[in-house]
Amino acid sequence: MPVLVFIDQSEGQVKKASLEALTYGAKLAEQLGTHAEGVLLGKVTEDPSLLGKYGVKKIHHVDHDELTHLDSQVYTKVIAEVATSMGAKLIIFSNNADGKTIAPRLSVKLKAALVTGAIALPETGDGFMVRKNVFSGKAFANISLKTDIKIIALNPNAYKIVSGEGTAEVVSFAAQIESPKVKVTQTDKITGSVPLSEAERVVSAGRGLKGPENWGMIEELAEELNAALACSRPVADTNWRPHHEHVGQTGLAIAPNLYIAIGISGAIQHLAGVNRSKVIVVINKDAEAPFFKAADYGIVGDAFEIVPKLTAAIKNKKANG
Amino acid sequence: MKILVCISKTPDTTAKIAFTDNNTKFATAGVQWIINPYDEWYALIRAIEIKEKDSSASITLVNVGGVDAEPIIRKALALGGDEAIRISHDPQESYDTAVQISAIAKDGGFDLILTGRETIDYLGSSVGGMLSEMLDLPYVAMATKLELTGKTATVTREIEGGVEICEVELPVVISCQKGMAEARIPNMRGIMAARTKPLKVVEPIAVEAMTSTLSFELPPPKAGVKLVDADNVEELVRLLHDEAKVI
Ligand SMILES: Cc1cc2nc3c(=O)[nH]c(=O)nc-3n(C[C@H](O)[C@H](O)[C@H](O)COP(=O)(O)OP(=O)(O)OC[C@H]3O[C@@H](n4cnc5c(N)ncnc54)[C@H](O)[C@@H]3O)c2cc1C
Ligand SMILES: Cc1cc2nc3c(=O)[nH]c(=O)nc-3n(C[C@H](O)[C@H](O)[C@H](O)COP(=O)(O)OP(=O)(O)OC[C@H]3O[C@@H](n4cnc5c(N)ncnc54)[C@H](O)[C@@H]3O)c2cc1C
Repeated sequence: MPVLVFIDQSEGQVKKASLEALTYGAKLAEQLGTHAEGVLLGKVTEDPSLLGKYGVKKIHHVDHDELTHLDSQVYTKVIAEVATSMGAKLIIFSNNADGKTIAPRLSVKLKAALVTGAIALPETGDGFMVRKNVFSGKAFANISLKTDIKIIALNPNAYKIVSGEGTAEVVSFAAQIESPKVKVTQTDKITGSVPLSEAERVVSAGRGLKGPENWGMIEELAEELNAALACSRPVADTNWRPHHEHVGQTGLAIAPNLYIAIGISGAIQHLAGVNRSKVIVVINKDAEAPFFKAADYGIVGDAFEIVPKLTAAIKNKKANG
Repeated sequence: MKILVCISKTPDTTAKIAFTDNNTKFATAGVQWIINPYDEWYALIRAIEIKEKDSSASITLVNVGGVDAEPIIRKALALGGDEAIRISHDPQESYDTAVQISAIAKDGGFDLILTGRETIDYLGSSVGGMLSEMLDLPYVAMATKLELTGKTATVTREIEGGVEICEVELPVVISCQKGMAEARIPNMRGIMAARTKPLKVVEPIAVEAMTSTLSFELPPPKAGVKLVDADNVEELVRLLHDEAKVI
């Protein structure tokens, strides 16, 4: 019974989160002695067969204009049809915005148990158990899935993309497409920057920066690191920075490889959104700031002196190795 | 305009996370319970704002929970809900929760069903989507804005690296997050009024669970911070490059 992976695209580009899901699906298939296939909805700019390098053998492509934007009802029906036609018992999504929209519907439609926010491959020896984040990243839960068909939504940045050789066979899947009830009238993308949810490095700043006029040095550091920008909640609430940069309990939860927190005290609600980062660096003038307890590396000192020096040191390192 | 707002109960954001019974249960001793922030700040307050503009609108609150959920239901009534239904059941998974709510929503004639983006304890982000499939309604998740014009909802939803604006005819299920509304606190008049607002308790329907939680684990503690001198940022760069291998 092959594993089916939902391949998410936006404006014709396959998302990074989907490459993680593909790698995860292929690895899981290997663990179960089967193979992985993908389902791709809508038009893409690159040849989908190239996705074979992430380990999928076959891609069911439904190329239809009505699938340009996500409508969860339309998408769910098509994915269910593909899953049923190939007898998939395991379906993998990324737990990104689209995954969160579709996977719960599909779970009901296929009577399939769902775990969202998985962070590792399931244990499949005795039963079927998936590990997920709970309590805003402060704990894990081991969930047992008890139905014949199972759905896993993998947390973004939780599974490393592995690519090798290979191309996938692309078959076009003929599905009955209804016209979407949710009609997208406008898409606003923040161009030029790395999306925060997908970023491997994040530079984040808080109220310690004193005012929005001081973000220049933060942006320079982020640019030098090819990092996305983030901020604490009060910074977004006072409109020093746009809302989409707000991380924490009530903002975005992220899990980059590197999180640099500058002038952020490290309140428990802030940590809830960033504590899954692999490496945390804290720059704060107060040695007693709680953030240091959650950090891997830290510098106690004035951000206004340290940040420009840090940017220069990184530049220097890049130039001289 | 009939609005249904789904309200869940979660531990306060500063609650200590610990487990009992051989790591199979969340340790509730000493925990303060709150309305899940997404449900309160975004879903409920937006519903109240809609009602303030359209006096014919009514807000029904629904909770799946035990009698211990009543304080947070009363608080939601104090903020501005008109009536509440508590389905007397301790849900063990998102699916079970959604089945219970769908039983209320099915014949309720609601134009708008609002949920939070996710609960801050179990992080399912599933109840809204499951509910919409059970009711065969359109669903927009992680909405940051909602405007109504007659029977049309204009919703802004978050996507990777941006937002998408869409239009959908009511009835619809929407999961709400930051941007929807500004947090408020209940006033004295609201608190007084909430005491006499109807809170109906109904029995759950039997559901066969699709998942079960076997155990919980806490992450291993951090090794401790390595401090680098402020005059030696080069050392930090070296550590990030050679030791942590993140740059
Ligand atoms: C229910 C609830 C949900 C919440 N959700 C979130 C959330 O999602 N995200 C979030 O971030 N917060 C959230 N909060 C708020 C949180 O409790 C904190 O108030 C907030 O994170 C503090 O932001 P901050 O660290 O930027 O500011 P502060 O706490 O004011 O910290 C500023 C820091 O900057 C340091 N500093 C000052 N000057 C300098 C300098 N020159 N150089 C270096 N360091 C300097 C100070 O030492 C201090 O540590 C929530 C709160 C509640 C009650
Ligand atoms: C992985 C996992 C493990 C769990 N483990 C346990 C456990 O050990 N013990 C236990 O008691 N329960 C457990 N639960 C069940 C959990 O308490 C209920 O499912 C809860 O009602 C919903 O949590 P959720 O994260 O699935 O909700 P989400 O899908 O994240 O909720 C989205 C929205 O749906 C609405 N909603 C959610 N729950 C309710 C509700 N109860 N009433 C009204 N509206 C609601 C809210 O608007 C909420 O913002 C677990 C759930 C999950 C997903």
